[in-house]
Amino acid sequence: MSTETPFSEGTDDIERKRKIGQAFVAVCFASTLVGIVALVALIADVIYESWGWVTWEFLTYPPSQVVENFLPDGRGAGIYPALVGSIFLIALTAVFTIFLGVGAAIYLEEYAAESRLKSFIEANIANLAGVPSIVYGLLGLAIFVRAIQLGTSLIAGALTLTLLILPIVIVSSQEALRAVPDSQRQAAYGVGATQWQVIRDVVLPRALPGIMTGTILSLSRAIGETAPILMVGAATSLFVAPDGLTSPFSAMPMMIFEWAGHPEPEFQHVAAAGIVVLLTILLLMNAVAILIRNRYDPRS
Amino acid sequence: MTANNEPAEMTPNRRGPESVSTSEIDERRSASAAADDGPLGSPRVSSPVIESRDLDVFYGDTQALHGIEMEVPERQVTALIGPSGCGKSTFLRSINRMNDLIDVARVEGDLYFHGKNVYDDDVDPVALRRKIGMVFQKPNPFPKSIYDNVAYGLRVQGKDDGDVDEKVRTALEQAALLDEVEDQLDESGLDLSGGQQQRLCIARAIAPDPEVVLMDEPASALDPVATSKIEDLIDDLAEEYTVVIVTHSMQQAARISDKTAVFLTGGHLVEFDDTEKIFENPESQQVEDYITGKFG
Amino acid sequence: MSSADETAVAITGESGPMNGLKETAIRSVFFSCALVTVLTTLGIILVLVQGSIGFFQEVSIVEYVTGTDWSPVIRPRSFGVLPLIWGTLIITVGSALIAIPVGTATAIYLSEYADPQVRKVIKPTLEILAGIPTIVYGFFALSFITPIIQRFFPETGTFNAAAGAIVVGIMIIPMVSSLSEDAMSSVPDDLRNAAYGLGATKFEVSTSVVFPASLSGVIASYILALSRAIGETMAVTLAAGMHPQITGNLLEPIQTMTAYMVQIGISDVSVGSIGYQSLFAVGLTLFAMTLAMNLFSLWIKSRYREEYQ
Repeated sequence: MSTETPFSEGTDDIERKRKIGQAFVAVCFASTLVGIVALVALIADVIYESWGWVTWEFLTYPPSQVVENFLPDGRGAGIYPALVGSIFLIALTAVFTIFLGVGAAIYLEEYAAESRLKSFIEANIANLAGVPSIVYGLLGLAIFVRAIQLGTSLIAGALTLTLLILPIVIVSSQEALRAVPDSQRQAAYGVGATQWQVIRDVVLPRALPGIMTGTILSLSRAIGETAPILMVGAATSLFVAPDGLTSPFSAMPMMIFEWAGHPEPEFQHVAAAGIVVLLTILLLMNAVAILIRNRYDPRS
Repeated sequence: MTANNEPAEMTPNRRGPESVSTSEIDERRSASAAADDGPLGSPRVSSPVIESRDLDVFYGDTQALHGIEMEVPERQVTALIGPSGCGKSTFLRSINRMNDLIDVARVEGDLYFHGKNVYDDDVDPVALRRKIGMVFQKPNPFPKSIYDNVAYGLRVQGKDDGDVDEKVRTALEQAALLDEVEDQLDESGLDLSGGQQQRLCIARAIAPDPEVVLMDEPASALDPVATSKIEDLIDDLAEEYTVVIVTHSMQQAARISDKTAVFLTGGHLVEFDDTEKIFENPESQQVEDYITGKFG
Repeated sequence: MSSADETAVAITGESGPMNGLKETAIRSVFFSCALVTVLTTLGIILVLVQGSIGFFQEVSIVEYVTGTDWSPVIRPRSFGVLPLIWGTLIITVGSALIAIPVGTATAIYLSEYADPQVRKVIKPTLEILAGIPTIVYGFFALSFITPIIQRFFPETGTFNAAAGAIVVGIMIIPMVSSLSEDAMSSVPDDLRNAAYGLGATKFEVSTSVVFPASLSGVIASYILALSRAIGETMAVTLAAGMHPQITGNLLEPIQTMTAYMVQIGISDVSVGSIGYQSLFAVGLTLFAMTLAMNLFSLWIKSRYREEYQ
């Protein structure tokens, strides 16, 4: 078929390479599908296993050792203390994290000069972000639970989770602060504002949506963490919701761990139901973060 | 810069009997010259508000300004012109210590505001900026309402005790913006056109009633119509305020300023005099070349 | 306007009553917040070292590092950490064998071949994988992956190393694909054009120009992903079990360092006992390994940045 053209020399080689190229694209595309398929399988598996087990009673009753109690026509058993525990835990963590994380980011972006101290602190933060979460659990156990004697309490859990997500919150807040144009700071300095006035009136309001988005995403990571609160001593057999900062607590991932590892196979469904609740809350938090980002994204 | 320098060499110079070529001046200055080594022209004015004495500014290892000697007269418009990178904006920013905000910037020499060296340890740069307001190259209104933009300076300076409304309106009127925005004071300052935004920034700068207004190429981002409005406005402002303006447009300097300082590459102030004199009969050949477009 | 003297006075001192003091106080508060991060690092090191000192007073370091039997609770006690390190290694290597090829190919597809619209959808979708709590992966391994493995290898136990490695591999795919894609996208188009100009095919441009040019960023992503796999806890605890042993059979249960820490964490060991102290020795070992990898990855990345300046 090939007609003689000035380019025909060596086209066999090009044809061969084209075939290799097509095979290569096919492999790359298939690999991309691996991740997508895994995600779909995971979600489908959770929904399938939990089908019929996520009921109103599941949300409002304490757990039980008898699996029949979890069934729709059972006596009622569920995740209630852990659900409330998780919400309290995250609310407390949010308070500590916003204060410490935004404060540290403001120091690094607005106050600290380009110095060894600043690069040391930033390198340190980058390293902390890579420390396994269970090591934070050990830190919480030794410092908050034992040394400061907070015991296995809600506040010890929240402080541990705060330290865990602090590096991510600082880095994302720094990015939000860096995105505030310098002309805005200069405008405020130009009319005689002090540094704190510049930060309070000009920088923070403008960086707030970015800070909130980053913080909520970090908190959504914290709410799913099991290892740190496990080390701190979160309970798996708690029948009441926590009622104070120092009261013992349970949390959803802890309950899921307990149920998933339960010898009775039916508890797999209970674990799946717990996962559905956890993922729903995660989804809500992410939706809020994305909403904030889109709502305030362009300079408005 | 070679043969063209001959006439300048012959021009008498008001500082003293010796007459030197500008290239010689440059050489002497770059070799860190003596304090009396000022620019050509008439660096002395009758009622100086700001006096710069042998002012050097460094960014890290780079020297951006070399021994600036200059005085700024009260309630007049002083223009700083020169090619880009000549240090005119650096000088402007060293007047109200905005350079403090740059980590690597370092200032040597003296800069007096009403006889007080602003680089003395007991001077608070924040207090200084309350006396010396600033308008920037690109309009930079806050993402707040027009009203809040103008009132912001009053608030941070604690001058919001009296009739804020009245002060805001006065400032907007002085900035020739009130007529255009009177009915939309609650709307965002960002909804205004570029020229209006810049006049809003001017209103914001003058609302707290500073003594000096520094302007860093305030019209460079604007169209010709908006530019001419700003120029008219600057003219009016000089009745109440001392205005120092950096501009890259020689025509603009010629139109609006009473005094002109010419900075040339490398951070040297070459000549400072009445604007008319600079544009009609400069002493320095370099300045003449620059004005006539042969250089820069 | 005020007279010269009044003005001179007005710019000195503070910009308002107590303003200087207030500014200093505010600055100190923010500085303290930043200091918390440094204290956290110090705290981690202090806690791990202090706990380990207690442990190594009872157990010789040589036994700990070279022993092949880990039996901290059941007598006769034995504290050879190698079975735990082996378990961690199997999970890490196994997950890397999945995540590195899949993640890299995904990154090449997204960076070089995919339509920008497609990339905008697929990249965040894959990143969801990284946002799913690890406990969910543990459940996924038990209820989905292990039954599939058992269909092919009926002798597979409920807890097995293979399922652990597979779920951790899936979990870290987005770390490899996202970070590698970032590195590949930042390769300047000039390089691609130069190769096309020489008559290279798209395949050649992707594999012999873009991939090598982004190599340091890609490798940094591998190391970060591996470090994440080493520290991964809940998924491997649920999937791979709590049976410390050195075995090459992936269908048998194993125990990683992290899973051991969970085991002690949920049991009632008394404070100060050798079991409690062993937590910190194992924690220190884990921390040292991940720290070394993180520093290595940061170092590679900082070299990479200089290349393009």
